[in-house]
Amino acid sequence: MSETAKTRAATVRVALPYHLRNLTHVEGDVLLEVSAPVTIRAILDALEARYPMLRGTIREYETGQRRAFLRFFACEEDWSLESPDKALPGAVAAGQEPLLILGAIAGG
Amino acid sequence: MSSVRVLVGTRKGAFILNSDGKRKDWTVSGPFFTGWEIYHMKGSPVDPNRIYVSQTSGWFGQLIQRSDDGGKTWHQPGLPNEAIPAPGPPTALPNRFVYDSSPETGKPLTTHQWYDGTQHPWEFKRVWHIEPSLTDSETVYAGVEDAALFRSTDGGENWSELSGLRGHGTGPKWQPGAGGMGLHTILLDSSDLKRMYIAISAAGAFRTNDGGATWKPINKGLVSEFMPDPAAEIGHCVHHLAMHPSRPDVLFMQKHWDVMRTDDAGENWREVSGNLPTDFGFAIDVHAHEPETLYVVPIKSDSEHFPLDGKLRVYRSRTGGNEWEPLAKGLPEKDCYVNVLRDAMAVDTLDDCGVYFGTTGGQVYVSADAGDSWAPIVRDLPAVLSVEVQTLN
Repeated sequence: MSETAKTRAATVRVALPYHLRNLTHVEGDVLLEVSAPVTIRAILDALEARYPMLRGTIREYETGQRRAFLRFFACEEDWSLESPDKALPGAVAAGQEPLLILGAIAGG
Repeated sequence: MSSVRVLVGTRKGAFILNSDGKRKDWTVSGPFFTGWEIYHMKGSPVDPNRIYVSQTSGWFGQLIQRSDDGGKTWHQPGLPNEAIPAPGPPTALPNRFVYDSSPETGKPLTTHQWYDGTQHPWEFKRVWHIEPSLTDSETVYAGVEDAALFRSTDGGENWSELSGLRGHGTGPKWQPGAGGMGLHTILLDSSDLKRMYIAISAAGAFRTNDGGATWKPINKGLVSEFMPDPAAEIGHCVHHLAMHPSRPDVLFMQKHWDVMRTDDAGENWREVSGNLPTDFGFAIDVHAHEPETLYVVPIKSDSEHFPLDGKLRVYRSRTGGNEWEPLAKGLPEKDCYVNVLRDAMAVDTLDDCGVYFGTTGGQVYVSADAGDSWAPIVRDLPAVLSVEVQTLN
């Protein structure tokens, strides 16, 4: 793959949980330009840059780790425990499938 | 005519209750921040339109919200409410609370005592209490869990720890109470702006005389039977402190058992539970114009967090403690098993001092006659976590 192809920006979709959609005042999926390789880290970096009110709500401020009660899904697979630098499926990178960010169903 | 604005934080959002000085007819605004735990809301005494909010969630963490128009609109300080078209480096981080463990400005302090006696890392969980400065609307303090004190001088856009508190030496011995290790009370001395009191559950009470650079425990006289050394310097589960601004050396404390009083800025405490039917509880407050008139809400025990015999009563002392009278008119006297949490009581500063409290059953009560009689403002809110009152002229 050429260097240009490696870094070419793609429009990806992110599905946020209800409370975070409220913070962003976005209905439906968030659309972001993310340079390849499209990873969870790259998507979250782009998400937080565009929506700074989301900083700290998905990743811990101090460690950058996923908050314990949130989960990441892509193409019906749980990506919560995958490396944040692992390339997501092509369908997510192409914007055909969203990266799902969900609140774990724990407690009331 | 004067009016009052009651700020109510609940488990599922925030509410604002407004009335005129008669405090009989109320309007209810909200819920704001629906679905989030609103641990505390408080207005700036300098600019009553400036209100700060601690908005927190186990899923999504901590947000600080601010209003500059008396609660009509809200924003996270320094951040837009919409997407920004040209993202750049963040200039405001209103939700970032990071412990200062640098050798230069703090003392590396990475662990505190855990429930089992082992040492446990400091982990930020939430802001328990917000205390706006008495003199500057841009300065505001935050008490957090795991216990620490933060300050912002730019209206909540950025926060830094006053690390002298955790670093003064007793930190490794601090331990969490049942509700977590929270810094839940911050009292500012209007007569000496460098003096401040704080309280931590379950470490105790502390005082600074130099604006937060250095601190000392002020727990002499407290006795807690659950501790190996009941009179230890730290480790007491202080539930709340109250102070009248005209007497900054006199503090009142509701402890995990015992109502206490100090007349020398915390150097010595004595018990003033007196004839209370039970001296367990969380909330305590002082009449706005009578420094020796106190209010508590006795709770049955540390194992049963509800009023005695199902009767919700506020108790008032007009002698600074020891002699207490029950206040029940207008309060439920049967089948009432709610709790009143530590930050859920407040007073206004109208001539006929109004007293307010909220319950875990979702009621907010008001007395427009210093406690002689009570009436519900609202009955069916989510569990109330905090109540503050602004008196507006």
